[in-house]
Amino acid sequence: MTWALDHIGDIMFRAGQHAWLAGLPLVLGLVIALPLGWLAARRPRLRALLLTTTGLLYTIPSLALFILLPPLLGTKILDPVNVIVAMTVYTVALLTRTVADGLFSVDGSTQQAAIAMGYGSFARFRAVDLPLAVPVIAAGLRVAAVSNVSIVSVSSLIGISQLGYFLTDGYARSFPTEVWVGIVACLLLALVFDLVIQVVSRVLTPWTRTVAA
Amino acid sequence: MIRFEGVTKRYADASGTESGDGSVAVDDLTLEAPTGKITVLVGPSGCGKTTTLRMVNRMITPTSGTISIDGRDTASLDVAELRRGIGYVIQHAGLFPHRTVLDNVTTVPRLLGTDKRTARSRAMELIERVGLDPAMARRYPAQLSGGQQQRVGVARALAADPPVMLMDEPFSAVDPVVREQLQNEFLRLQSDLGKTILFVTHDIDEAVKLGDQVAVLRVGGVLAQLDSPATLLADPVDDFVAGFVGRDRGYRALSFAAAPELSLADEPTVSLGASADDVRAVGTPWVLCVGDAGEPLGWVRAAAVESEVTRTVLHRGGTVASTTGSLRALLDAALSSPSGRGVVADADGRLVGTIRAAEVIPAIEARRDAAASPTSAEEATAR
Ligand SMILES: Nc1ncnc2c1ncn2[C@@H]1O[C@H](COP(=O)(O)OP(=O)(O)O)[C@@H](O)[C@H]1O
Ligand SMILES: [Mg+2]
Repeated sequence: MTWALDHIGDIMFRAGQHAWLAGLPLVLGLVIALPLGWLAARRPRLRALLLTTTGLLYTIPSLALFILLPPLLGTKILDPVNVIVAMTVYTVALLTRTVADGLFSVDGSTQQAAIAMGYGSFARFRAVDLPLAVPVIAAGLRVAAVSNVSIVSVSSLIGISQLGYFLTDGYARSFPTEVWVGIVACLLLALVFDLVIQVVSRVLTPWTRTVAA
Repeated sequence: MIRFEGVTKRYADASGTESGDGSVAVDDLTLEAPTGKITVLVGPSGCGKTTTLRMVNRMITPTSGTISIDGRDTASLDVAELRRGIGYVIQHAGLFPHRTVLDNVTTVPRLLGTDKRTARSRAMELIERVGLDPAMARRYPAQLSGGQQQRVGVARALAADPPVMLMDEPFSAVDPVVREQLQNEFLRLQSDLGKTILFVTHDIDEAVKLGDQVAVLRVGGVLAQLDSPATLLADPVDDFVAGFVGRDRGYRALSFAAAPELSLADEPTVSLGASADDVRAVGTPWVLCVGDAGEPLGWVRAAAVESEVTRTVLHRGGTVASTTGSLRALLDAALSSPSGRGVVADADGRLVGTIRAAEVIPAIEARRDAAASPTSAEEATAR
C-alpha cells in the first residue's frame, strides 16, 4: 500500500498511457466494425467471409502482432502506433460480429415498417437499425474494452510504457507488491471503461428503461 | 384507384432463378381497388395476400404485370416517394421501439420535410382521433397494450395523409373484444377519411364486415371471387369459396339486408323499482323493463320478482335490434329474447316495440323473392 502511494504519480501516468492505448483502438475499431457489421448483416454471401476473417484475426497472438506490425507499417518497434493498430485489429475482430448481431436483433416488423415508410438503406441504418442495436453493441464493447485493457499490458514485453510495466518489472525484481499494484490498476481501469460504456449506452437508449405495459 | 393488371409473382426456387418452376405466390392477378373504398383480400394462409400487398409499395417486385395507382405505373415512380405516399399498417404494428408514440407518428411527415412543430401538432390530432389518450404521446411503444400499439400504427400510417393505405392483418394479433372495437373505429375513421384501402385478412368475418368489396384468393395466388360481401355470402362461385365463407352464411348474409318497416307490437313495460304486484298485473310470464329515457334494460320473469324490480333480476340474454339496423339483428333479437318477443329500439335507443321471429321470416322470404325477380335485383345494404 505504501509502495503504491509512493509511486502514485508513476502509476497514474502509466494508467493514462494504458487508457489511451486501450481506449483509442476501441473507438477506431467501432468505427471500422460498423460498416463491416452492416455489410455482414445485409449481404448473406459476404457474411460468412467477413465473420470468419475478422474472427480469425483475434486468434493471432498479441506479441506476434506487436512484432509483425513494424515492418508492415514501417514503424519503429517502440512506436506506440503498433499497439494502437494491433488493438484496433482485435477490436474489429470482436465487434464486427457484435454489430452484425445487433443489427440482426432488430425486430423484422420494425424493419419492414421502416422500409415501407420510404427510408433509404443508409437512413434506415442511421435512424432505426443502429439506435436499436446499441444495447447489443454496447455489450460487445464492454467485452472488447476488458480484452483491450488486458492485452495492452502484454506490450510491456516490447518496451511500450503502460500499466503492464509493473507486472514485468515486479516479476523481474521478484517484488510481488508491484505485480499486485499492476493487476489492481488494470482491473480498476477496466472497471472505469465498463462504467463509461454502460453510462453512454443508457443515455443513448432511454426506451429500454420503460416498464412494459 | 389501385389497379393490378396480370400481376404474377414467382419466388425464386432453390436454384435462385425466378423463371424456372419456382413457387408461384400470385398468379395473373387482375383487380381494381376503387378510390375511397375498402377492398379486402382474404384467403387461407400462404395464398399470396401479403405478397400482393407488398407489390403495391414495391417492397416486392412483380415477376410480370403492372400495378398502377390512379393511372400511374408504380414501377415508373421514385420508390421512396411512392412509399411515403402510401400508409402501411402491419400485424404487430411494427412501431419503432426507440421512439415515443409522438415521434413514431411524425416519422413520414418528417421524412417528407414537414417542420417538427407542424408535424407534432398534426400527430397529436391523429393520436386523439384514433382513440388514444393524448398523455400516451410521450410513452414508448413497450408501454402500450397491443390494441393501443395498433392504434398508433394506424395514426402513423395516416400522418402524411396518404390517399392510399395498405393494411396487412392489422387487427389479427389483438384479442376479440379489442379487435371488434378497432374494427368499428376503423370503419368510422374511414367514413370520414375515404381512403383507398387494400386490407388483408385471413378472417372471412372481418373481410365481410370491413370490405366494400372482398377478393377471395386461393392457394397459388389465384383470384377465386371478387364481389360485395353480400353477394359473396349469397352466391359463392365454387366449393372453395363456399367452404371458405363458412357455415351460417344464409344467416350472416342478413347483415347486409336493411330491416324493413314491419308493424311492431306494443309492449307493456315496467320501470326499475316497480313492485311485484305491478309486474304480475301485466299478465305475461316475461315483462320488459325500461329505463327513464325509455331505453330497454332487460326482461323480468314475473314469478321471480320478490318485492320489486332491481337490476339484479333483469335477464340480459336478449339482444336489441335497431329500426335502422339489419334483418339479421332483427331476427337475432327475436331468437335471443326469453319471451320470444324481439326488442326493437329507434336510432336513439328508445323502445319502439317488439316482434316475433315468425313475423321476421316472411320479410326475409319476401326479400329473397324480390331478389330472384330480375326487375328488383338491387340489394339493400345495411351499412
Ligand atoms: N421471400 C419468399 N421467398 C420464397 N417464397 C416466399 C417468400 N415469401 C412468401 N413466399 C411464399 O409465397 C406464398 C405466399 O406467401 P404470402 O404472400 O406471405 O401469403 P399470405 O400473406 O397469404 O399468408 C407462400 O407459399 C410463401 O411460402
Ligand atoms: Mg401474410
